[in-house]
Amino acid sequence: MASILDRLRTLALAGAMAGMAMAAGGLQAGVDLPKLERGKGDKCVEETQFMRRNHMELLKHHRDETMHKGIRTPKHSLKGCVECHAGAKTGSVAASKEDFCSACHAYASVKLDCWDCHATKPGKRPIHSIPSTAGAAMPPMDSGMAGGHR
Amino acid sequence: MSEQMNHPQSDQDQADRRNFLKASAAAAGLTVAPGVLLYGIAHSRPEDQAVSDKVRWGMLIDTTKCAADCNACVTACNTENALEGRTGPQDSQWIRKVSIKNLQTGAEHHLPMPCQHCEHPPCVDVCPTGASFKRADGIVLVDRHICIGCRYCMMACPYKARSFVHEPLTEQNPEVPRGKGCVESCTFCVQRVDRDETPACVEACTADGHMAMLFGDLNDPESEIAKALKGQRTTEIRADLRLNTGVRYQGI
Ligand code: HEC
Ligand code: HEC
Ligand code: HEC
Repeated sequence: MASILDRLRTLALAGAMAGMAMAAGGLQAGVDLPKLERGKGDKCVEETQFMRRNHMELLKHHRDETMHKGIRTPKHSLKGCVECHAGAKTGSVAASKEDFCSACHAYASVKLDCWDCHATKPGKRPIHSIPSTAGAAMPPMDSGMAGGHR
Repeated sequence: MSEQMNHPQSDQDQADRRNFLKASAAAAGLTVAPGVLLYGIAHSRPEDQAVSDKVRWGMLIDTTKCAADCNACVTACNTENALEGRTGPQDSQWIRKVSIKNLQTGAEHHLPMPCQHCEHPPCVDVCPTGASFKRADGIVLVDRHICIGCRYCMMACPYKARSFVHEPLTEQNPEVPRGKGCVESCTFCVQRVDRDETPACVEACTADGHMAMLFGDLNDPESEIAKALKGQRTTEIRADLRLNTGVRYQGI
């Protein structure tokens, strides 16, 4: 099972890489090649070539480190990718087919579920206005301890 | 996706504030505005270091200070975690205001109910995939990369603390990913705790002057919360279940 997946992955990557090599060389292939917007700053968090092949491993590793151990180094964080790679037009990494992550994934036929939960645009932390209770509207409470939640 | 999070404060301000808070966290209490004291947490953990069981996060809620007409903790939770703020049976509520009345005496009490962050969490016991887990520092979480949405944990929780996301979501806080098909609940604002801040509900209750909620390390005898627990009579809700909850109450 794993070895088939590995082989498929190599194929998918080879496809994406071949496409990009051709794009770099100015060759025309039969399909529209992904044109990737350059990220912010001078360079990525690892070697560009390494990132092309291995970003998914870095993300999955960092995900477990953060989730289970509370390790919050910014380097391989998904939030970091979004901050540097959000597109100029949409402000997002995956709002349109031209945006950084989706452009390449569409080309390589990769579909992610990450954006169901993770924001595709950089954002700031929510600000908490000092609340005031005077006259604050109270939403109806669902405070029964029995039954209810589905 | 996150327009609602945009506000005039710059990243630089945020960073400065964070560093300031970090630098002063070792002090017992810290004044952020006249009359507002934030109790600092004396455990600065480097961001590349894993959480450890030397710390156990807990919360003490004084129901005698919790005002009937105040909803500040709930509102702050909704803002921090980008919850919709609706209270129907299928809506996500990570903290609820509960009112109880003694029918004999007429005495009324109000209290916020977040996840109780049990030492022996029933949600973790029943989870078939290992998605429900307890972090070494006692925070009970759902790893939503593993959750299959079966909702056994919701049935197992005696506190009705968990919610299931039924509809696709947008406008999530980048720091608090949430989405359809998974169970979720109070995380003690883990993204804030990991940078030495208190949960949003506690901050709001304190800023609003009620001081009904105290957050800190139960394992540190010098912490405010450990001292309060040592000096006063406090209650675990459903203590009969022997779950050793991280959230304790006073006045009920
Ligand atoms: C059902 C919701 C959900 C989905 C889908 C999801 N995540 Fe997450 N993810 C979370 C939550 C919740 C956290 C914990 C956030 C925290 O504590 O800061 C998280 C944290 C992370 C982190 C660490 C925080 C960061 O920004 O670096 C990474 C990395 C990550 N997820 C990667 C992924 C990847 C890659 C995918 C897609 C393959 C994915 N996630 C899909 C909910 C989700
Ligand atoms: C500091 C900003 C920054 C961060 C953070 C960042 N990148 Fe990059 N990334 C860049 C830049 C700049 C390039 C272009 C480098 C080049 O052309 O050699 C790039 C290139 C890439 C490439 C290769 C694109 C191509 O042309 O084939 C991939 C893939 C990539 N990044 C993925 C990621 C992922 C995944 C993350 C999060 C783990 C991430 N990046 C985080 C700035 C960043
Ligand atoms: C250079 C092209 C390219 C770019 C740019 C790119 N990816 Fe990928 N990504 C791929 C390919 C190809 C795969 C599939 C390989 C495989 O199956 O292992 C993949 C797979 C993934 C996976 C694993 C999917 C899964 O379900 O296992 C994640 C997560 C991921 N990418 C995240 C990102 C994010 C986030 C960005 C934008 C910051 C990004 N990628 C940008 C080419 C790219």
